[in-house]
Amino acid sequence: MGHIQPTNLGRRDFLVASLTAAGGLAIGVSLPGIAGAVPLNAVSPGGAPWDDAPPSAGEVNAWIVIEPDDSVVIRVAKAEMGEGVMTSMPMIVAEELACDWTKVRSEYASANRNVREQTVYKSMLTGGSSAVRASRPYLQQAGASARARLIEAAAKRWGVPSADCSAANSVVTHKASGRSLNYGALAGDAAKVVLAQEPAIKTPEQFTLIGNSTARLDTKVKVTGEAIFGIDVRLPDMLYAAVVTCPVPGGTVKNYDAKAILGHRGVQSVVPLATGVAVVADRFWRAKQAALALPIEWDFGAGAGTDSAQFRQEYRDALKGPLQNAKAVGDAGKAFGEGKVIEALYEVPYLAHATMEPLNCTVQLQPDRLDIWMGTQAPDITIGLAAKTVGLKPEQVYIHNCYLGGGFGRRAINDELVQALAVAKTVGKPVKLVWTREEDMRHDRYRPQAAISFKAVLGKDGMPTAIQAQTAVGSIMQSIKPMLDFPMGPGVEPLAVEGLVNMPYAIPNLKVDAVLKNTHVPVMFWRSVGSSQNAFAVESFIDELAHEAGQDPYQFRRKMLEGRPEFLHVLDMLAEKSNWSQKMPAGKGRGIAIHESFGTIVGEVVEVAVDSKGTPRCERVVAVVDCGHVINPRNVEMQIESGVIYGLTAALYNEITVKDGQIEQGNFDSYQMVRLADSPKIETYLALSGGTKWGGIGEPGTPPIAPALCNAIFAATGKRVRELPIRKTNLGSA
Amino acid sequence: MIVLIVNGARHELDIEPETPLLWALRDEIGLTGTKYGCGIAQCGACTVHVDGQPVRSCSLSVGDANGTAVTTIEGLSPDGSHPVQRAWIAEDVPQCGYCQSGQIMAAVALLKAIPKPTDTEIDDNVTNICRCGTYPRVRAAIHRAATNG
Ligand code: FES
Ligand code: FES
Repeated sequence: MGHIQPTNLGRRDFLVASLTAAGGLAIGVSLPGIAGAVPLNAVSPGGAPWDDAPPSAGEVNAWIVIEPDDSVVIRVAKAEMGEGVMTSMPMIVAEELACDWTKVRSEYASANRNVREQTVYKSMLTGGSSAVRASRPYLQQAGASARARLIEAAAKRWGVPSADCSAANSVVTHKASGRSLNYGALAGDAAKVVLAQEPAIKTPEQFTLIGNSTARLDTKVKVTGEAIFGIDVRLPDMLYAAVVTCPVPGGTVKNYDAKAILGHRGVQSVVPLATGVAVVADRFWRAKQAALALPIEWDFGAGAGTDSAQFRQEYRDALKGPLQNAKAVGDAGKAFGEGKVIEALYEVPYLAHATMEPLNCTVQLQPDRLDIWMGTQAPDITIGLAAKTVGLKPEQVYIHNCYLGGGFGRRAINDELVQALAVAKTVGKPVKLVWTREEDMRHDRYRPQAAISFKAVLGKDGMPTAIQAQTAVGSIMQSIKPMLDFPMGPGVEPLAVEGLVNMPYAIPNLKVDAVLKNTHVPVMFWRSVGSSQNAFAVESFIDELAHEAGQDPYQFRRKMLEGRPEFLHVLDMLAEKSNWSQKMPAGKGRGIAIHESFGTIVGEVVEVAVDSKGTPRCERVVAVVDCGHVINPRNVEMQIESGVIYGLTAALYNEITVKDGQIEQGNFDSYQMVRLADSPKIETYLALSGGTKWGGIGEPGTPPIAPALCNAIFAATGKRVRELPIRKTNLGSA
Repeated sequence: MIVLIVNGARHELDIEPETPLLWALRDEIGLTGTKYGCGIAQCGACTVHVDGQPVRSCSLSVGDANGTAVTTIEGLSPDGSHPVQRAWIAEDVPQCGYCQSGQIMAAVALLKAIPKPTDTEIDDNVTNICRCGTYPRVRAAIHRAATNG
């Protein structure tokens, strides 16, 4: 069979492993037929670096390597999960480096080196739409510093003042003498230059590369099948593990009958885990089939017997108090005595991340070294978790981050890693542990369920004089604490009330309260986090108030945003681009919503058609974005499209429900996805306010879509959706 | 013994006939471009061509595929130059990329059957899931390939 024999692998990438002189495991990507070369203006199939080779001579600093042939490797200390960091991060560096963009390759920075060299790559966490926002200044500095040292190296060689030399397009030139040298010839010297002073970085009006639509560097490897995701890693002599976790989250295993499956072909062992078992076999399919056949007796634990109807009631009841105040402006309580009070309750379900690539992790554990291949959003945190789990020092842990087949928050906590390590300790061979789609959906850490109540009183002019918002929602920080213990400040957990406490509208009396309440269902960050439910509630309620006041929803918002020019700019452009003032035909409607998250304001208008059976069809979405500045406009478009469709899928279809303590949905047949046929036409426009503002882009497209769609449905049908997903509300005429 | 001709190469596999073609391709033959997304013919990440027809390989056993010719994403072109791959690059379709092999294999099959598909024909034939929401660009790339192909 020889399934790991290179001869059987055809043209495909595969991994070769060999023991280095030091006894460590050196793993490289071999590209038969492509002579091992990574083309320029691209990424390596594996993301690299997959070894711990010493830095090459052309390493100008930890971020930049320039080879003698002028090719430039730019290292990316964030995780590529579709949001485009393998291109946007190098663009920032290259902007300052003044290198030839067509000669750039990008690869992952080594998280192990980050441990060894005092966080030379800073935080490697990718989350909170922060990659550009947090790292832009130091990436610009890294590029500028390298450029200054390349210039200095050339000046020294020519014996001229560096002030008389300039750099552009990967060439340093001394204008007076007409001499020039390519970066490739200077990199080795530049690496040794110590600058008297770090150069200043560019201001946005000086950018020449940043701000231009640029093709993503990771596209090629993703259309040929070459890109290596965690699930694709193959090591010599590797075993596969499939897991079965207790169907009730938090439950444990009482008993299992390993004998029932140990005779199955290829099955090697059954390994007990904290909350389930892993079945180890020589092929994944065999492991998975045996795992399904394994008789297991569970202790369902505290969550046994619970269901979604009960949770819904519990969250509603929690709103009766006691609540903790998160924000108070004026005196909302007093204002409610003086006018017509309008109330509404909005409810949202648990949601799964459902990344396209189910969670998986491959590990090779040796007495003094651990190698990990997986897709993680935070390789630095992952190293800490792994080291603690196996009792090694962080610098003995090597993580080879792969491309992530989606993250959306899920891959920030590595449950699959802990399981893989438990298996590796037992079997003594490299192990690839893979979750089935069913495991992935039933053992996610979900977007919290919530009940959010709103109350307002309208003044004589129809505008609200007071608003009270109260949310009952799960605490993410409490839920993830055993895995990731972030220090918590005093007051209400910000994730629970983001989008509520910062609603942009001018309201004289505003009160936001919260009660945090968890069930046995674990919760976590889900694309746009608290804003995913709070924007739905705020922007639906504002629409209800506009209707109550007999005003146009766009104009109504406009009046309450008078002191906020950035919001007005987005709103006005949105009205214009969406032809807001044009009437829609019968059965169709337009809805609007605007929301700021992760430093970016996004306004969206949805055009919906609702048929006689009450089925809504989202036909067109117009999005206007103010993220301050933009690195790669095309990528902003892609991320808005992505965020809209992610939110649309949830709004139309998704809910994770519990019965007998167990998650009912297990796969895409019971957890439906928007597909091409129901994907709307999406137009994205930029309304950049510039200045010092740099907003995120991976998440802000998601929050406005649910309320914009529900508001459009109201415009089309007169029916108000107050519970997600939308399909739970009868929109038909019957 | 199961015999498969994969991307022109003959493979003899001593495996259980009920093994899904997907896992034979990935774990036996080592062609990992074809992805696992659901295992129940829902997502299309595992789409390959079997005797020229698009098939969700997670739901076809190797026993049933015995003797067929299979084309995977790796067999589409030696260097990413197939017209559909070129259109994909021009439209910058992929985000995380995980679903893209399947999307491309579905699109290639569609364009073979219907060289100039309408939007409705695209909707009806390319039903793969993309969790990153690349659909607008998938559609644009199919139209581009139809025009330039
Ligand atoms: S893995 Fe085959 S259709 Fe999803
Ligand atoms: S590109 Fe990520 S699932 Fe399609």
